Formats: sequence, C-alpha cells, structure tokens
Amino acid sequence: MVRFTKFNLVFFFSILLIAFGCKSEKLHLNKIEGQRLDINQTVSPNADIEAFIAPYKNRIESDLDSVLAYAVDTYSKNDGELNTAIGNLMADIVRTQGNIVFNKRTGHTIDVVILNHGGIRAEIPKGPVSARTAYNVMPFENEIVVTGLKGEKIDEAIDYLVSRKRANPIAGLKIVVDKNYNLISATINDEKINPNKIYYFATSDYLYNTGDNMTFFQPNEEFYEIDYKIRNAMIDYFKKADTIAPVIDDRFIIK
Amino acid sequence: MKRRDFIQKVSAGTTALAAVGSLGLQSFSTTPQATKITILHTNDVHSHIDTFGPDEGRNANKGGVARRASLIEAIRTKNPNTLLLDAGDIFQGTPYFNYYGGELEFKLMSKLKYDLATIGNHDFDNGIDGLYSQLPHAKFGFVSANYDFSNTVMNTHVKPYQIFKRDGVKIGVFGLGIELRGLVGEKLYKETKYLDPIEISQDMTRILKDEENCDLIICLSHLGYNYRNNPDKISDLKLAAATKDIDLIIGGHTHTFLPKPTVVKNSENSNVLVNQVGCYGLYLGQIDFHFDANKNKSANGTSIIV
Repeated sequence: MVRFTKFNLVFFFSILLIAFGCKSEKLHLNKIEGQRLDINQTVSPNADIEAFIAPYKNRIESDLDSVLAYAVDTYSKNDGELNTAIGNLMADIVRTQGNIVFNKRTGHTIDVVILNHGGIRAEIPKGPVSARTAYNVMPFENEIVVTGLKGEKIDEAIDYLVSRKRANPIAGLKIVVDKNYNLISATINDEKINPNKIYYFATSDYLYNTGDNMTFFQPNEEFYEIDYKIRNAMIDYFKKADTIAPVIDDRFIIK
Repeated sequence: MKRRDFIQKVSAGTTALAAVGSLGLQSFSTTPQATKITILHTNDVHSHIDTFGPDEGRNANKGGVARRASLIEAIRTKNPNTLLLDAGDIFQGTPYFNYYGGELEFKLMSKLKYDLATIGNHDFDNGIDGLYSQLPHAKFGFVSANYDFSNTVMNTHVKPYQIFKRDGVKIGVFGLGIELRGLVGEKLYKETKYLDPIEISQDMTRILKDEENCDLIICLSHLGYNYRNNPDKISDLKLAAATKDIDLIIGGHTHTFLPKPTVVKNSENSNVLVNQVGCYGLYLGQIDFHFDANKNKSANGTSIIV
C-alpha cells in the first residue's frame, strides 16, 4: 500500500481537477449521419463467402433441377376464362394429394377444392418439370387445410366464385352461369347439393384465414390442418406423373 | 501502480475526492476525446443468400451475401467501432431455408460477424423448435424484450437487451417482436408470450439509461414501420413518439424501403431516428454516431444529417 504524503495528495488532487476541468461532461452525442448503401454490381463479392455457399447451392440446384415429369404444353393462368388448365391441375393436385393424408387421418374424403387465381405465381413451361417448377408456381409456404361446410356457407362460396368472374381454381364443384353471371346450376361431385350435408372443402391456410376476402370458410362445422404444403403436394404429384397435360374443362362455365 | 488504480484508492480513502470522483472517473480513464460509432443494419433478408438473377424484375442483379460481406468488411476496416445488427425475418423466402432450415443463414451471419439480431415472425416458420435447433450455428446473440420465452425451449437463449462497449462508448440494444397471434400458427410459437412493446420499452430505457448508464440506446424492432390503415396498431413510428431515451429504432417486418432514416419527436420532444432498409439484403443501413467530449461544441445539441 502506498502511503500518501501531503504533497502527493495535493499533486493528485490537481491532476483530477485538470481532468474534470476539461472532461467533466459525459460523452456527448454531437452528430448523427444516416445513409443507405446499395448492394449492387459496384460491390465485388467476397470470394471466401462465395466458396462457403457453393456446396449448399450446388446441392439445391441439382435437386431442384432434376426432371420429375414433362409438360406437353405451356400452361398459363391467363389461358381460359372461368377455368384454366393450370388452375385445374393445381386444384386437382390439392384434392388428390391432400386426400391421401386427410382420408388417412379422418376417414373422410375431400369433396371440393377452392384456391385463388392470384396464388398461381408462374406458368408451367412446356418441357421438363422439376421441383423448381413447383417453387416458381407456388413460392409460398401455404399448407392445405380442410374445413367442413354446409348449407349457407356453401352458397356463400358459390356466390363468391360467381361474383368474382375469375378463374379461381376449383375441383369437385361444377358451376354453370348464364352470360349475365346468373347461377344456372351448381353441383358437388356431379350431384345436387344437399343443404343438410357437411361437405369437406380443401383450401390453403392463407385463404381459410380470409385471404383474398374468402370469408366463407369460417365459421364452419369442422376444421383440419393436415400439415402438407401445397408445393410439396405438387412435387409429390410430379414425381408420380409421367406427363403433365391438364385441360380446360366444364367445371366453371358460361352457358 | 497504474494511475487509475491509484486514483481509485485515493478516492476511497478521501470523502471529498470520492464525491468529485463519482462525476466522471469513467470517462477520465477510458474515453478518448472524440469517437465515432457506426451501426450497420439489415432486416427481412428472408434467406436471400444469392444475388438476384438478371431477369428478376426490379431486384435484378441486386443483393447477395458475398457482396454484403465485402461492403461490411470495408466499413469495419475504416471504423473498427462498428456494430452489425439484424431486425429479424432472417428465415424463409428461398429454397436455402426449405433445404437447410436456417443453418446457412446463421453460419453466414456469423462469418459476416453480426453482433446481434432480433426475432421476426418468420423465424418461427419451422416452429420454435426449428429456431432453437439452428442456434448452435449462430455466433451472435438474440435480443427480444417483449417475447417471454420462459415456458419454451428458447428460454435463456434470448436476452431482453445486450450492452456493447466500443471505444469507451456504452451501447445498449434491446429487441422488440410483433404480436404473433393471427400472424404465426400457435403450434409454431407455442407458449411464447407477447408483452406490450411500449411498456417494455419504458422498462428497457430506464434500465439502459439509469442503471446501466448507456451512452446510446438502440431498439431492434420487428414491429413494422407504420400501419396507415390501422393507426391503432403499434409500429416503430408510434413507439418512437410514445417513449423516451431511445436514439435509434432499427425496424423490419413491413419491408419498408426508406431512402433515409425518419426523424421522429419522442415523448420529451427529443429526436429519435427510425430506419428500415426494405428486404432481401438489397441494401445495408448505416448510421454513424459522432461523440465528442468538448462541452462548447455540444452545447448546440446534436445535429442530424440524413
């Protein structure tokens, strides 16, 4: 331990005074500058980072680009008035693939599928179909959900589809309207709709939660999550199918 | 004996000196005359690791982690007193996430030497267990003050705030997350509890300002910039106006491309900066805080150049 003489104490006290004299303030924020930096071609990539990413990237690319099926034509959501080949394919895939899980879990069968036209994000080009095709058409993580609807709710669903005058993808449901969009007939599985029966409607979790203003899924009689992404349903379907050749049919037409 | 030790011993033994000493010993011993703290930030990168391709519309040829790495490195070389922060939604948006569950995102952020991140709603997309399982790949910390994770696997892995010291400047950063109900499936976020962002921010600023004596307080938020059609919904602009002592809110969630930070008056009529750089790693935000110990200069307050 250092012993303090009077001199020492005075000496250090003066040092402290000098110090406090010029720096007794806490740090003061004097100036703030803000800017946004572009990450574009003018910035050269870091080679180490690129090398680190490469194996991860290569695996995805070889996987996504391996051919699962062949499309006999190019299918776009703009080809067709109230139903399109690509929309019919999507709705049929959700019905076929979704039903495998839904039926196993509940013993019930999906009667109807309703998706939205806006949810088809790309066309399926003629030629090889890969998992990347599924990512392009369906980049969202939306999952298939199934809800039990009856009576009024089914009428609301049909009203929605008719009033939109749009090729929202459907399956299991057939709608015929006149040229003024008055409903002529609506059937489920080619039968007259029984107002007292529960029908099982499959859709995406996004639409179920009133996406695209589809408010008719709730409230409902029953609700099931089947933990199956629409994109994965597409990939699984492409793996089973040899050729992809959907057609415009009579599921939603003007007579 | 080192000078600092010696002074402390003197003040401990002398009442008069101890009283004086409490005013500014810390800045005497460690703080230089003037310094600059650089804050770099991203938000809503959404697994965008590669540069966008030439045909990808308005994002064509933009972004990419390898380029971001070069930019950050250059800024750090110029100013080592730099913090690199992310405001959440690191996950989801490209097959990298579907294939590797966030592993590559966290590994790359670690390589870029991110200091801290907060948690966005999409970071729950593989469930809270999916987030937890990727934590070993993150060499940076996570903060969220208004998510109570105590009944989840994330408990103890997320702190309400973290304090950094750069060149004698004490920087407190706390995190805020968006309400998960209705946005994320309950089975994904499980028992994560959402607490009121304004109340929590008041607690945070009290702790960081009064107890921890931070020179700079930053809020890393995933609340969203502003909800014009839903003015009651809490947002960064509302938070800035309703609180005090926050210097900077770095936001996310709404993918808002701000060409420059917004300056908002807080509850005490002082300026708060709110910034957000869109999404997908197309931009990097940079905020420089210049500190000065010179009394005369600072008498005029803080100038903001944006």
